[in-house]
Amino acid sequence: MTHVLKIEDLHVNVGEKPILRGVNLTINHGETHALMGPNGSGKSTLGLAIMGHPGYDVTGGKISLDGKDVLAMEPDERAREGIFMAFQRPMAIPGVKMADFLRHATTNVRRPDRKEGEELIPMREFRKELKEKMSHLRMDVEFARRYVNDGFSGGEMKRAEILQLAMLQPKFALLDETDSGLDADAVRLASESIAEIGQGKMGLLIITHHDKLLEHNPPEFTHVMLGGRLVETGGRELADELHENGYDRIRNAYPDAEAANQEMLAEEAAI
Amino acid sequence: MATDITESAELGEINKYNFRTETTGVFKAQKGINAEIVNQISDIKNEPDWMREFRLKSLEIFESRPMPKWGGDIDIDFQDIFYYLKPTNGQGRTWDDVPQEIKDTFDKLGIPEAEKKFLSGVKAQFESEVIYGSLEEDLAKQGVIFTDTDTAVREHPELLREYFAKVIPPEDNKFAALNSAVWSGGSFIYIPKGVHVDFPLQAYFRINAESMGQFERTLIIVDEGASIHYVEGCTAPMYSTESLHSAVVEVIVKKNARCRYTTIQNWANNIYNLVTKRAYAYGDATMEWVDGNLGSKLTMKYPAVHMMEPGARGEILSIAFSSAGQHQDAGAKLVHEAPNTTGQIISKSISKNGGRSSYRGLVRVEPGAHNSKNNVVCDALILDPESRSDTYPYIEIAEQDVQIGHEASVSRIGEEQMFYLLSRGLTEQEASTMIVNGFIEPLVKELPMEYAVEMNRLIQLQMEGSVG
Repeated sequence: MTHVLKIEDLHVNVGEKPILRGVNLTINHGETHALMGPNGSGKSTLGLAIMGHPGYDVTGGKISLDGKDVLAMEPDERAREGIFMAFQRPMAIPGVKMADFLRHATTNVRRPDRKEGEELIPMREFRKELKEKMSHLRMDVEFARRYVNDGFSGGEMKRAEILQLAMLQPKFALLDETDSGLDADAVRLASESIAEIGQGKMGLLIITHHDKLLEHNPPEFTHVMLGGRLVETGGRELADELHENGYDRIRNAYPDAEAANQEMLAEEAAI
Repeated sequence: MATDITESAELGEINKYNFRTETTGVFKAQKGINAEIVNQISDIKNEPDWMREFRLKSLEIFESRPMPKWGGDIDIDFQDIFYYLKPTNGQGRTWDDVPQEIKDTFDKLGIPEAEKKFLSGVKAQFESEVIYGSLEEDLAKQGVIFTDTDTAVREHPELLREYFAKVIPPEDNKFAALNSAVWSGGSFIYIPKGVHVDFPLQAYFRINAESMGQFERTLIIVDEGASIHYVEGCTAPMYSTESLHSAVVEVIVKKNARCRYTTIQNWANNIYNLVTKRAYAYGDATMEWVDGNLGSKLTMKYPAVHMMEPGARGEILSIAFSSAGQHQDAGAKLVHEAPNTTGQIISKSISKNGGRSSYRGLVRVEPGAHNSKNNVVCDALILDPESRSDTYPYIEIAEQDVQIGHEASVSRIGEEQMFYLLSRGLTEQEASTMIVNGFIEPLVKELPMEYAVEMNRLIQLQMEGSVG
């Protein structure tokens, strides 16, 4: 059976403020989707709402995974069902070693029925796998002993997110600007790594402003978000066009969405 | 009756830290405190006159002193407490001599195994008397004395009279006076000049009789150039009436010597834990207190180091964890009495489910203590809006050319941190436990391995059921 992540007419508020205004999107396992759009259009909000961030209030619509109601699940249940998000700004957890954190996370995601307090995956087995994956990502073993995202450079944080993607092997991965803040070499490495880990093996939704991340991950579908709606969907060529020409054509073609986008940006600036 | 069966079945399932063993006490003093009872304790112990007189004088001081005006609310009926209980006749020479019910308790605590593994000596205090102890032979050959303080009164009278109650006299405070009047048990340690004890010396303490106070008295003397790490851990079963633990710990660290004193305490929620701990560190000596406080109704405990001579160092690491109905008033005192002395306090406190943690710390630089350095860092983590954290730093400085630092932070478990961990498949409880363990990690990594594991496990127990 092919896994399906389905989003139907999704409306999301942050506080009283509507951000998403009816998003429809279906991602099949094995597909790569690019999500593009100008600043403030709601791209990260879509990711965070799918993951279940408590600050994002779903006011209408549905999210389902293989027919199961995702909105009824807590964030940790969504993770155990196979949804993953690589964050734009991952949180630091001081005093918690990457290896301990990853061993817990990996155990829970691979054994969703494990009861609290039951054994974690065996240390030896886990270490071996972690070491292999880290060397693939050209990460120093020392990295596993550092505290989660604590004092990490921008590049280290993004690589740590990719390492988590590699360990957790989700059914669907939402990658929120996993290229931002990286230099050209680091973006290429990230792009290659994501292709190797995820391409064809999971459903990918890649949120990006740049074409580099898509270089090794050519999207079958490109979606453009404006004013909290997906206004256009195309193939690889749409991503290329937007990279080349920017969003002017889109802004002109969808004046209502553009007005909503401007309104959201203005409100954001006022806060 | 069926209800009885149900009750006893339930008792058997109470977690490891709440179990209770039926003991047949050989002697139990009457409830309450007066000269007659103090005399009785001295009689049973067959003590020399000087100790009897010391006890009686201390009782007068105790009676004349008011309750402390600071810290937490103390609601104790001193006449409703047993001050002495002796569970067996004399010390167990070998494991076979130790009564079965007491062995059961120790088994649950894992003492014999721990001993086999790496302990160089074990003194376990069960109720008021040390009943089982051992010390590796080679340590004894080097002149190390590790015994209970009662035995020391009989067998090492010169050493004891020279140092006993010199660091903490009964006049110090009301609870030090109470301990001085009714003390029983505790460890006496003497490390001769130049001797380094490579393994931590350990003692386990346990209160196990309703309404019974535990008043152990510990005295450690580390002679010139010697070193020792002493570790004590406490767990107490739960009871319905208030219980009192009031210990006195005195440490003397002579020139170039080193002492680390590690305590992990996990008292039941109805226990008043009012402890006076103080060390004198002489020239270029180092004294470290590592103090972990969990449980109890009210803990008031401020380990102190007086740096008596140039070059002395005092370091205090403190962890406090308070939950519903608990108040941890914990902290530290560093007194710079001589030039070129260095002090450091690191305090971490966690409050949850309406618990209250206070850091109360004193840094004092006496006249003449030139070029002294002191640094204080205290961090508080508050897990929910019902809980509370306070900081009471007292700084008294009589010299100009000193370096004094103080940093304090209060944080809450952030929604974003929590969401990040949940998004990786951790449950809410695993996530908050992980954040709390991360918070105290800088201190836990200073503990001996077995205690670090124990500490993390205790935190996990404390965290259970805290969410949802």
